[in-house]
Amino acid sequence: MSIIEIKDLTKKFGQFTALEKVNLKVKKGEIHGFIGPNGAGKSTTIRVLLGMLKADAGEVSIFGKDAWNDSVAIHEQVAYVPGDANLWPNLTGGQVIDLLLEMRKQKPNEEKRQHLMKLFEFDPTKKCREYSKGNLQKVLIIAAFAADADVYILDEPTSGLDPLMERKFQTHLLELKEQGKTILLSSHILSEVERLCDTVSIIRKGEVIETGTLDELRHLTRMNFETETMQPIQELENMPGVHQFEQDGNKSTFQVDKEFTNQVIQVISQYEVIHLSSTSPKLEDLFLRYYEENEERADDHE
Amino acid sequence: MNKNHFKGTGRLITLLFRQHRLKIILWLSGIIGVSLAVALAYPELYQTQDDIMGFAMTMNNPAMGALVGSNYALEDFNIGAVFASEMLLFTAIAVAILNILLVKASTREDEEVGRVEIIQSLPVGKLSYLTASILMMLVVNIGLVLLLTLGLTTFGVAIFTWESSLLYSSILGITGLVFAGVTAISAQLSSTTYGTNLLSFGALLFSYAIRVIGDVQNETLSLFSPLGWATRSAVFVQDDWLPVFVLAGCFLVLISIVFYLHLKRDMFAGLLPNRPGKERASSFLKTTPGFIWHLEKGKIIAWFLLIFLLSAAFGAILGELETYFADMDIIELFLADSAGDNMTEQFITLLVAIMSIFSIIPSVSILHSLKGEEMAGRAEHFYTRAVSRNKILGTYFGLSILSAISMQVAISLGLYVTSSQVLENPIDLMTLLETTLVFLPAMLLVIGVALLFVGALPKFTLVSWLYVVFVFIVLYVGNLLDLPTWVNDLSVFQHVPAYPHETIPWNTMGMLTGVSMFLTALGFIGYSKRDIDG
Repeated sequence: MSIIEIKDLTKKFGQFTALEKVNLKVKKGEIHGFIGPNGAGKSTTIRVLLGMLKADAGEVSIFGKDAWNDSVAIHEQVAYVPGDANLWPNLTGGQVIDLLLEMRKQKPNEEKRQHLMKLFEFDPTKKCREYSKGNLQKVLIIAAFAADADVYILDEPTSGLDPLMERKFQTHLLELKEQGKTILLSSHILSEVERLCDTVSIIRKGEVIETGTLDELRHLTRMNFETETMQPIQELENMPGVHQFEQDGNKSTFQVDKEFTNQVIQVISQYEVIHLSSTSPKLEDLFLRYYEENEERADDHE
Repeated sequence: MNKNHFKGTGRLITLLFRQHRLKIILWLSGIIGVSLAVALAYPELYQTQDDIMGFAMTMNNPAMGALVGSNYALEDFNIGAVFASEMLLFTAIAVAILNILLVKASTREDEEVGRVEIIQSLPVGKLSYLTASILMMLVVNIGLVLLLTLGLTTFGVAIFTWESSLLYSSILGITGLVFAGVTAISAQLSSTTYGTNLLSFGALLFSYAIRVIGDVQNETLSLFSPLGWATRSAVFVQDDWLPVFVLAGCFLVLISIVFYLHLKRDMFAGLLPNRPGKERASSFLKTTPGFIWHLEKGKIIAWFLLIFLLSAAFGAILGELETYFADMDIIELFLADSAGDNMTEQFITLLVAIMSIFSIIPSVSILHSLKGEEMAGRAEHFYTRAVSRNKILGTYFGLSILSAISMQVAISLGLYVTSSQVLENPIDLMTLLETTLVFLPAMLLVIGVALLFVGALPKFTLVSWLYVVFVFIVLYVGNLLDLPTWVNDLSVFQHVPAYPHETIPWNTMGMLTGVSMFLTALGFIGYSKRDIDG
């Protein structure tokens, strides 16, 4: 059952179409990665989802309730962490955390709050104007995790955190997932998405261009090959299904579309293989491939 | 309207009060303190009915009407009317400024930097943050009304009855609320804090300007200005409550419009369109002065226009003033201590002194921008490149002086363009320029104070603003407050000669410039030695 559901969402700012027929589903208990280049529409989608921007067309719901009309009821069960923290300069971090928790109409869980402060090594007694970017981000993360929510919406939540804190954050997200929480994670850190997410959506220029589990996406894409042979391989460069072929003497690296793997192996085997390795594509390759390919396609249209 | 739109407003009010409490306390104590001090000083100063009549006659002319919006008939004057004539309009403007600053900070500014977004992701209604801001202003203004009423009735003389004091304070409070409403609307129209500021202060200036012209030439025009209504209650004489009700109605209409507009627009967006900017930096922008001019030009141009228009508005009424003075020999006898001087010119001298205080505001503000750049973490962008501290501070300093000179020229030009049309014996531009530029050494000293704090003691930059306020208070009501001479002498404007009546004391002018250079030098030394904070 989908907790978050976006159907044909269109959002315009004046003449500019920020989102065009965006579709997104996040099922209960999964972590859904939401990736795409800058300005693709990730934050806009999230703000529509949080009832801050009004959809021009399409249906947007959380728990089956309308994101715009029922925002107050929805938010009682939703925790949000934006990527850019700008807090009230005269209040301390501890005060802001208390205040944000208080507004949820829940009894803040003191134990959880203390635990998180310790986990993230956070000093709550400083004024917000004195915190560094990373520490401001911790305020929002602690306020979100200390709340008792069913859905977590995170918009580049680890920007500004050091790798150690980033790791702690990721571990905590996995714990939440085990508890059956639903999480939408927008991120630029593809290794983070790869490590945490069950499903992924890729958005570009206001359109979701691919969505599915990481494995499903990998099937759609290429394997990375690295070879060393006695003689330089000649005919591979112009073979169908082979991409980004680079050769340095007897060594070559290239990518192969899944369906051409067999043919390529047959060609290579004729050259007395010294070394051959193939790896599944990283999310990064996937992302770049989708991005570049669609760029080409878009250019063809123009 | 959907009840859910207002969920969580109560908590947000607490949040906003915590955020702004220091600002609120300082402003309210300042406004109430000065009001009470003047209210106490007047009965001492105007002891007999003759004293009051003398004051009334100086007030009861088009020039003073234009400046302070006094609307009492000559025979009606009592000590309360004297108080209201001198204090009501300017206090109302101070209250309006407080309202503009607080509403701007708690609406568009909080939205622009993302604080509203964080709140909006909680179970909080779509109108809650805005409502909390408006309710905060209600509390602030009502607090002002109650405290000031209490103060005036407790400490004031018999004329400060409960009703009159309440009316006087209520006019201030409700005028403040109207400008709170105006600012809230500006925050819906513009998508930036800067634009919100521009629209709100523009509206305040516009209200003042049409009241000036309306009060002198066409009464109906003044009724389009909240400030026009504020000065039409004949408080302490007839105690007419109509203006309070009209302004309250106006406030309610503004608030309804704000709610409507807020629901119509997207978060982060304004209802006015944004224009696309230039793609490349021009060769002028690439120089240090060009860059800093670009950062500060909006401020300089806006203030130049403001001061020019205000001066032009006063210039326009000088003709009526001349006719009036010609008819009233008695005033001439009363006011003209320095015998034989032209009344119109005397008025101009006072006017130029007041305008010169406004002129100094952009200069101080330009220097404070450097600290602002530092606090916002943008100073590191130039200091990590091949730019020296002296060059940056020097450029801000130069621009600050340039601004001071421009503003004085604006006063002269503004007075000249209109007065030359209406005066029988027009004052030539040269004389006007001399009258305004004679303030430059004093202004340099204020600039020196600001530079000293920005350069050497950045934690205490507020002091430069307090000093500007102090200079204004001494100039406007200093002689009434019966302060010791040395306190008055601390105000640099006390040392500026009343040109053209008095000759220019070059040694004093030299002294002022000298002190200013000393402070400036300290500021530069401090700046080259201290830590850059962001």
